[in-house]
Amino acid sequence: MIPPTIWQIFFEFLLIGAVSFGGGIVAYERILLIEKRRWLSPDSFMATLAISQTMPGLNSVNLALLAGDQIRGVKGAFAATIGLMLPGGAFVLLAGVAYSAGGQHPFINVLLAGIAAGATGLLASVTYTIGKRHFVQMKSLFMIVSTFVLMSVFKLSLVWVLLLMVPIGLYLYRPGQQS
Amino acid sequence: MSVLFQLALTFGMLSVLAVGGGTAVLPEMQTVLAEQFNIDHTAFVHIYSIGQLAPGPNMMMVLVFGFQLAGLLGAGVVLLAFFIPSSVLCLSMGRLWQKIGERPWRRTVQNALEPISIGLMCSGVYAVAKAAVVGPLTIGLAVATFAVILLTRVNPVFMILGAGGFGALLMHFFGIR
Repeated sequence: MIPPTIWQIFFEFLLIGAVSFGGGIVAYERILLIEKRRWLSPDSFMATLAISQTMPGLNSVNLALLAGDQIRGVKGAFAATIGLMLPGGAFVLLAGVAYSAGGQHPFINVLLAGIAAGATGLLASVTYTIGKRHFVQMKSLFMIVSTFVLMSVFKLSLVWVLLLMVPIGLYLYRPGQQS
Repeated sequence: MSVLFQLALTFGMLSVLAVGGGTAVLPEMQTVLAEQFNIDHTAFVHIYSIGQLAPGPNMMMVLVFGFQLAGLLGAGVVLLAFFIPSSVLCLSMGRLWQKIGERPWRRTVQNALEPISIGLMCSGVYAVAKAAVVGPLTIGLAVATFAVILLTRVNPVFMILGAGGFGALLMHFFGIR
């Protein structure tokens, strides 16, 4: 197979960045990488996805970065990431300028109040979907509740929450333990 | 100058702490932006919500905070600070992993981080809800959006826009809150 050009990588990820309204970007990336273009094998896609989820940062951005790197090295990584972020970045900047200019207008304000309520519902549903498998396991539930209490009730800073919870998590899920 | 430096420091820190995705740093971001940059919780939630209407990665709205505090330069600084540190980490670890192959401890790290990031997302829901869900109407809109997204395959963007439009009509013309 002829390796794709940097521009091909850029445009394919730009397309995902432009059409992925409402989330689900990882699914778009899966289709691009293993079905539409076959730039990665299903196995290496799964391995790459696992690393993206383990490392800090947005999963969709990490996945684009690592896939781009595997296809065309650091240049490919840049092309994929910039393509993915460009449309959304332009969108939020335009929206941000409009918000700075008109956010105080009474009608805009009630519109934003409704949008914010909707966005809260969306965030709750995403959290529920990702978490439902974990809410019913004692070990996970303990980790979830402890993290929430440290962050939202004791109001510790995120650094402290992680310094406390990560070692406990690593111990509870050490190799050889049932997850 | 000092605002740009502070922005770089703040978002660079959030970048490496974003375990399990950007949503995990929402509550910390809200607190830090209020304490250090005077962006109140309502403005934070408005900008976050506008960002959910955008295509692409769901945390691009961080640019708007940079823009509000220091113009386009601020947006650029936030972009680099929020995405470069985690990307460098991910890229170097990704290459290392490719070389050594799957190891049991990678699964351990992922298993340990998963429930932590879900806990942080719960804190994020709580933080956003405290500023956005303020009365019977906003409770209704949030619950309806939650339920419809879970039960149907409708695109969340339409639900958020619908909640905005429907809510705005009731609030503006009938004074319901």
